[in-house]
Amino acid sequence: MRAVIAEDSVLLRIGLVKVLEMAGFEVAAETGDAEGLLAAVEEHRPDLALVDVRMPPGFTDEGVRAALMIRSQSPGTAVLLLSQFVEERYAADLLSSRSGAGIGYLLKQRVADVEEFIDALRRVAAGGTALDPQVVAQLLLRRGGPDPLERLTPREREVLALMAEGRSNAGIADGLVVSESAVAKHINNIFAKLDLPPAAEAHRRVLAVLRFLDGAS
Amino acid sequence: MATWSALKRSYTWIAGHTPWSAWAWRNTAFSVAAIPPALPVATGFLLLTATPARSGLPLLLALLLCPLLTGLQRSRFRVLLGLDVPPVVHTHPWRTVRGLAERLRSEATRRQYAYHLAVSPLAALGAAALVLTWAGGLAAASAYAWVWMLPSDGELPDFGWTRQYDLLTAGGVLVLLAAPWMAALLTRLDALAAASLLGPNRARELQRRVEDLAESRAGVLDAADIERRRIERDLHDGAQQRLVSLAMNLGIARATLPGLPPEAKAVIDEAHREAKEAIEELSNLVRGLHPAVLEDRGLDAALSGIAARAPLPVELTVDLAERPGPTIEAVAYFVVSEALANVAKHARARRCSVTVARVPGGRRGDLLRVVVTDDGVGGADPAGGTGLTGLRKRVGSVDGTILINSPEGGPTVVTVELPCGL
Repeated sequence: MRAVIAEDSVLLRIGLVKVLEMAGFEVAAETGDAEGLLAAVEEHRPDLALVDVRMPPGFTDEGVRAALMIRSQSPGTAVLLLSQFVEERYAADLLSSRSGAGIGYLLKQRVADVEEFIDALRRVAAGGTALDPQVVAQLLLRRGGPDPLERLTPREREVLALMAEGRSNAGIADGLVVSESAVAKHINNIFAKLDLPPAAEAHRRVLAVLRFLDGAS
Repeated sequence: MATWSALKRSYTWIAGHTPWSAWAWRNTAFSVAAIPPALPVATGFLLLTATPARSGLPLLLALLLCPLLTGLQRSRFRVLLGLDVPPVVHTHPWRTVRGLAERLRSEATRRQYAYHLAVSPLAALGAAALVLTWAGGLAAASAYAWVWMLPSDGELPDFGWTRQYDLLTAGGVLVLLAAPWMAALLTRLDALAAASLLGPNRARELQRRVEDLAESRAGVLDAADIERRRIERDLHDGAQQRLVSLAMNLGIARATLPGLPPEAKAVIDEAHREAKEAIEELSNLVRGLHPAVLEDRGLDAALSGIAARAPLPVELTVDLAERPGPTIEAVAYFVVSEALANVAKHARARRCSVTVARVPGGRRGDLLRVVVTDDGVGGADPAGGTGLTGLRKRVGSVDGTILINSPEGGPTVVTVELPCGL
């Protein structure tokens, strides 16, 4: 698995390289701005791009814009955004750009919990999602109006929120302190209520999450 | 004792207002000094009547003479009377075309013309009359001296002691006593006219000052806003990144050194936890300063961030077709942030709603209306509470209005209106 890193703080970049290597990635390129990132992705076609949201020259949302470019130009590259604050508007932009590759949006400080972060890196590189609980909370808040989600019970919404973060059934069961079979039951109910016909299990999970997040954009 | 001091006072007063007092001579000198500055105008009038075909020239001369005459008059007032007529302030020097145009157009210049063309000649005439009064009074009062000095050819009986001469002398003395008062009256009238015609217009001056102040305050606000952003950027790019890096390295140490003695592991764990907490604290602090997303995506996106972090459900509605200025956005952000913090701290509310909309505000242009409503216990006192005071100050800094309606038992509605035009 190959990865590129775009992070303007050199100190942090060195650490991120270390963590990526611990996770078994080969770091093909490191860069400090969006332009360099796009060039590196073009050149190396990596499996994963780890991108800081705020980069030179404007220090606002360069990373988000670069991520959207990568989504449309290199659909094979998964993108994991790191941000000091999670803004659900950025997440919504990102999630509405559907491509096959994985997507992640995490608070920068999550990298401190190295094992969990490595987990998220691998999940995103494998085509999954990793959304920060804060993003999910904001997306939940934004939701409103009549839609299939209204039919979900509060517990089912909790399960869906954890699914949106990218957690596995075991992870969800841990989070809610219930058994894995109970989680599986909830998830089946969610699929039924959201009119998602049985197909590949992982695919349905993504669809459910996307439907859940759709209202945010 | 009281009568004695009253007597003394009256004596001093009378002595101060006699024809030979400094007061009388100062006023007389001042009045007489009105004559030279009036001469150019008189000459101009003469030229105008004498050469009607070239009537433009004297007029032009009079126009160009105006600043000079004004300067002369101001110096007359300052030196002879100790009265300072404040100069009219122009933004451009008179040597430039813009400066000349500004002076010709300005209302102050018209007032100065009025003084030089109407008041100055009148003052000169008054001064002439005053000189005649002094001279006539002196001449009449010294009638017997004249009689004594003139060669007598025996026609005057009793060495000239006549009833007419008595009357003439008495009349002269009276005129001499009245002359200082006439000088004082002329001086007073001239000073009044000068204060209203030569100096700057007070109402206009105040208006200009208000405009200047409003402008400088807007500058100060913008500067503070820029400073806040700079601090935010410095913290974000400096301390925060270092802390994240530190926490990450500690995390790496924790993950890669499984064989550590339990004491060492406990220390690393503790340091790791502390570093993460420090990041959290710093994030909250930086967030309150000026979030980058506010600049980048506007109020809607920035407010959704604070709404999501609030410990109670917040229904947020932002309806803005056009973004207000950055300073107003920053104030609105602060208002919602502070109001939500207050709700969380004091209101014991179950839910809260925030609406932000741009509404037409009549003469003042569009208003940004921010309404924060909660279903809590109410009783928020707009007079007390540092949160509400801070809110009021921040809103007041941009000429906004704040209305807090919070009856006991709730609900509390905070309505803030900010002028978008700032």
